[in-house]
Parts: sequence; structure tokens; C-alpha cells
Amino acid sequence: MADFGGGDLEAFRGEARTWIETNFPAELKGKANPMMREEAFKPSAAQEAWRIAMGEKGWGVPTWPAAYGGGGLSPAEGRVVQQELGRAGAYNPIGGMGVMMFGPTLLEYGTEEQKKEHIPKIVRSELQWCQGFSEPGAGSDLASLQTKAEDKGDHYLINGQKVWTSGAQYADWCFCLVRTDTSKKHEGISFVLFSMHQPGVEVRPIPLIAGNSPFCEVFFTDAKAEKKNLVGPLNGGWSIAKRLLQHERSGLTGAGGGFGMGRSLTDLAKAYVGLDSQGRIADPDLRTRITMLEIEGRSFQQTAVRAMLESKGNSGPSAATSIMKNAGTQWMQARAELTLEIMGHQGLGWEGDDFNAEEQGAVRSWLFGKAFTIYGVSQEVQSNIISKRILGLPDLTQNN
Amino acid sequence: MAVLNEEQSMLRDAAKSWTQEKSPVTAFRKMRDSGVEIGYDAAAWNEMAEMGWAGVIIPEEYGGSDFGYLSMGLILEELGRTLTASPLLASGLGAASALVLGGSDAQKSAWLPKIAEGAAVGALAVDEGAHHAPDKVALAATKSGAGYSLSGAKSFVLEGLAANVLIVSARTSGKPGDKDGITLFVVPADAKGVSRKRLSLADNRGAANISFDKVEVGADAVLGEVDKGYPILEKVLDRARAGISAEMLGAAVQAFEVTLDYLKVRVQFGQVIGSFQALQHRAAKMFTDLELARSAVEAALAAIDADTPDVPELVSLAKAKMGDVFHLVSNEMVQMHGGIGMTDAHDAGFYLKRARACEAAYGSQSYHRDRYARIQGY
Repeated sequence: MADFGGGDLEAFRGEARTWIETNFPAELKGKANPMMREEAFKPSAAQEAWRIAMGEKGWGVPTWPAAYGGGGLSPAEGRVVQQELGRAGAYNPIGGMGVMMFGPTLLEYGTEEQKKEHIPKIVRSELQWCQGFSEPGAGSDLASLQTKAEDKGDHYLINGQKVWTSGAQYADWCFCLVRTDTSKKHEGISFVLFSMHQPGVEVRPIPLIAGNSPFCEVFFTDAKAEKKNLVGPLNGGWSIAKRLLQHERSGLTGAGGGFGMGRSLTDLAKAYVGLDSQGRIADPDLRTRITMLEIEGRSFQQTAVRAMLESKGNSGPSAATSIMKNAGTQWMQARAELTLEIMGHQGLGWEGDDFNAEEQGAVRSWLFGKAFTIYGVSQEVQSNIISKRILGLPDLTQNN
Repeated sequence: MAVLNEEQSMLRDAAKSWTQEKSPVTAFRKMRDSGVEIGYDAAAWNEMAEMGWAGVIIPEEYGGSDFGYLSMGLILEELGRTLTASPLLASGLGAASALVLGGSDAQKSAWLPKIAEGAAVGALAVDEGAHHAPDKVALAATKSGAGYSLSGAKSFVLEGLAANVLIVSARTSGKPGDKDGITLFVVPADAKGVSRKRLSLADNRGAANISFDKVEVGADAVLGEVDKGYPILEKVLDRARAGISAEMLGAAVQAFEVTLDYLKVRVQFGQVIGSFQALQHRAAKMFTDLELARSAVEAALAAIDADTPDVPELVSLAKAKMGDVFHLVSNEMVQMHGGIGMTDAHDAGFYLKRARACEAAYGSQSYHRDRYARIQGY
């Protein structure tokens, strides 16, 4: 990997552009990323070639260290790669939980041997990871988890159950929180890695209120984790888990993906409710609530912009970032509710040709969206976090 | 807090230290108890004017500093924190904007330097009923010799009693509700036929009803063009709306912080009440709403400075959002303080009263939601 540190960014841009032009298969231009394996798929030859090319170049994770196969680029150069991919109509084929959550955490806490073994496979998206955190009795109070790991000399023997494990049915490996000391709560948790392809692991997908879902239950019966795959100290997994959850939450604010989805509510209302003689949405109560939602959504976007400018311009991070999870997810849910209401009975269509794709999408999105204020961190726990960390109020939950 | 330039940071710091030292809420209480008719402390206003605050949006050639509306908003936010009552909003922002945007050279020369140095107070005489409705103008301006004769009444004119000069919207053609046919006039408050009545309102600021009985003005009193005053009036009002939103932001943030401090010291059931989740989550909600409202208010002020075409929708967005948030926070301030918040000796009541007065001024939340929807075409 060439060293562009401090060099001419425009020269690098030219190099990046040439490399993408040479390696990105033209037939994939403008296509959506198929690699988010929330369902089984067989990649085409072109898709596979593009993943391999980007994996070898390390540009799927441009700022990760070159020593483990990453791009080794500066943040500025990393942004150039993103811009040039966008310009070429090319998706980033390297993704998933390994990239979003586990990789950054392992780079921070893993041993040299662990990083050398696991990071290059993430960089090349050769295998998929799943997150073994939540349990039936450990949701918001994650540290009460009970899945047990017993010391058996060269390995740990794992027994217990995880739930809400996204993509477990397609995952090759699991990063997992296990209890290694039952006499303590937070200080009895360890962070281990193991293969999902072993006899003691059973995965059952969970159908949700919205239909099929990426979520699974995972049962461990004498599953094995090799001792070399303990990350961090024994009983020291909780602080690693907290760090990892920060990576997760930063991806769940709704700041990006939630907006710009489908037709605007006003366009939907014009189509489904109609306008009065003055050109206003015919249902005045609905019109008011649409307006309130629009105002809320725009003030959220303005806050995202402000938080970004403040983190660059003023000293220290912006306090505004702490509000993004709750404000963004609640806004998306309110929007889904209003979408359904605007569509009336048509907004309740489950399947079949009496309902168009937009209508069926609306009902599924509405239902799946109920998860937004539960997963990652529930809105109640996020309110606790704001109360404690930002407002300085006492914490009675003894969490974190 | 928006990213500020050096001038703006200095202005904000100066406003912060002056209000904390010279104009805390006790000063507002003292003013109220004194029963002073104009509704503000003249000596404090002189100090503010000496620091140049009345000229922040006025061009340098007319004695101002031309720092712009975000800068003015920073001052109003600090004043709002301590509920400082002054003519800065009505005069230095409202009337000054009308003259800057629509005034003739003669009108600007006559009034802007005086407004900038605080020697004259200007006011916007716009509404005629209990609700903000800038197109419902009945006050008639009829041709009279070379000029006009004004007859009618204006209501709830902020700083109307103290004003030396009034920006008056009058009807020169059409009927109330028509946007065409409205003309703006610059009328000295001591003109013959102008009479003013002080209104005793819950928020104790200086508002007046003003009647016009055959008030004779020259043709040179017209601000802008005859019958075409409404577009200018809307621009002026948008500046006033953004300005009062900044004041509301400061007041709401302060009301929240005072309440938060109370949650940390008030003990019941053997623990501070701020340890109860029922109150923590309401506090977190208020904090969230205040952050959203701040973004909306600062975006509106910045859009005015940049003179972008989306000023009207961004201003209505900000006034509607800020109104909802100040409404919530002022109610919660009283509720979370419990009995002490109900007493006149506590400041909570001042914030509650100021909230409602500001919400009603220049258009309530429902006015601005409707306006926002109209601008968006639904």
C-alpha cells in the first residue's frame, strides 16, 4: 500500500479513480449492495470479483491498518475513496457486523495474534459475524446475561441461549458475551469468539410481527470456544461490550437511512385524502399532524447538520449527538404511523394484488419499525443515559 | 450553539456577562414591582444601547454595526435567559428591519441613527385583533391633500407606549384579508390624532393599544410602495419572528436549567427527586426538544443573514417548534417545582407568563404550522 500521508490528496484521487475504473465491473454500476447477508444469496461472478478486488485492496475499510489488510489510508483519503466509489456508481462490497462493530473493537482490544487471524477475513468479507449479546432474561439490562462458559483447559464450554441475534442463520462466527463468574455481575462477563459451524450451536429464525426477519434465537449446548479466542482479560468483557455498543449505536441514529424514503407524506396525502378548494389537504386534523411531523423531521436534520459543524468548529463534541437516537427513531415511527393513517384501509394490505408495493411496504415498515426504539439501546435506556451523562442526574439503575 | 465567528463570540460573551451581572431576573421583578408604565428599565436600556446592541442589524452608514441577525439573535437569547425586558426586539430588530428593508433615504436618515443609539424607540403596529393576522388590516389610509389621513386602531403593539416612531400597516385599497392594498407608513408617535392606552398583561411587558383618529401624514411617510406593503411587511415580520424565537430559546433553556438544578437538590422520600425516573425521562425529553429547537432557530437566523429564498418556511418552522418547546418547558418548570413554583416569590411564573406572551406574538404555533403547510403547497 502506497503511503499517501500528508501527500497530495488530488493525486490520490486520480489514483483511486483509475483503480476503481479498472476493477469495478461495469454491469454492477448503480446496483444496490447485495452483500448485506440478511438473506441467503448466491453472488454473481461480477459481484464476487468486485468483493475480492476490494478485499485485496483493503479499501472496503480504507482507514484500517494495512498490517491487517486494511487500506491504511488517512481519514481524508478514506473520504476520497468513498466519494470516488459514489462517483463511479459502485457500492462498497465489504460490510456487515464484522466491519461495523466487531472489527473496530478487535482492533482496539485484540491481541496481535487475534487481529492477524480475524481482521484480514473481515477486510475481505470472507466470512460473516453475528453478535451474541441479548438473552431472554437480558435485554436492556444486558449485564444480567446467564450464558455460561466453563474453563476446560484449552477451551471454554458454552451453554445457554441468545436471542435477537441478527443474521445468525448466515453467520460463520459469533462474538459473544458469556458469564465466567457467577458471583459478580458486570465483572463476571467475558468476551469470546467461536465458530457457528459446530455441533453445539443451533439457530432458529424468529418470525416477527412484520413477517420474516433477520433475527434468530441461538442455543448453545456444549459449544466450544478456544482459549486463544478470549478477547481482553477473563471477566473483563463488559467494558469491551460497552465500546462495541457505541459503534452499534452510532449506526442506528436514523440520521441517514430514515430520511428521503419513498414519497413525501404530503404527496401521499394528496393522493389518498385529496385537497380542499383552497389547495389544502382535505382533512385539517391530518394536515396539522403532517405539518408537525415535517417540522420535527426538519429540525432533526438541522440538528444533525449543526452537530456535525459543531464537532468541527467548536471545542469538544456537540451535546446534540446524545439526542439523535431517540429523536430519530421516534420520528421514523411517527412517520410510519401517519403513512398508514393516510392510506386508510389500503395501508393495511399484507399481500396480494389488491395492494401495491408501496402499500405493502408501508405496513411492513410500520411493524418492523417498532423495533427501532427497542434495539441497540431502548428509548428508555437512552433517556437514562441522557439523564445521567448529560444532565448529571443520579443513576438508580446501577448500569454501566 | 452555532459555530460563531470572533465578532459573534465577543458579542455573545458580552451579552452573557452583562445580563448575568446587570440584568438578572431580580431586575425584571424589580421593574414589575415598580409598576413602570413603559414596561422596561430605561437606565438598563441606555446601557444596552451604549454597547451598540440597538444597531446590530443597522448598516454602518446609519450608525449601526451591520453584524446581522444571527448576532442579534445571540443577544436576544441571553436577554431571554434572564427575561430582560427592553425595546431591543421591537425597535432594534422590528422597526429597524422595516426601515432598512423598505425605507427611503430620508426615512432611514431620520430614524435609523437614533434607533441605533437608542435615542429613539420604534415599534411595529400591525395587528388589529386578538390573533396575529397581518393581512387583516382595516385601519384606513385615505388620500388627504398631498398626503394621507389614517383612521383605525392597532392592538397589542409591543413597546407601543414607549415608541417614538411607529411602523403602521394601513389599508389603501381592497378589504381586510386582502394582501394587495396594504401600505406601510412611518408615523411619529406624537403625531396629532395618535392616542395610546397601556395594556396590563400577565407578562408585564410594555404593550399598548393605539388608535388613529384622522392622523395626517405626508406622502413621504409611505414606506415602500402604495398598496404594495405586504411583501415588505412579511419580510419584516419574519425577522421579528426569528428574533423573538431566539429570545424564547434563551428563556426556555434557562427555565430548563433552573428546573434541572432544583431536581438535584429537592429531597423527598429520602432522596433527591431527580433520582426518580418519572422526572428524569421528562427532563431528557425537554433536553432533546431544546436541542431540536435550537437548531431550528439558528437555521432561521442564518438563512436571514444569507438571504436565502427559504426564509419564510424556516422562520415558521422555528417559531412553531420553539413555541411548542417553550410551552412544554414552562409548564414543566412549574410542575416540577411543585408548590414553590406556584408562588409569586419564585421565578417560574415569570417564565410561564413570558412563554405564552411570546407564543402569541407574531403568530402562534397554529398560525405558523398553517403558514408552513401553505408555503409547502398543501
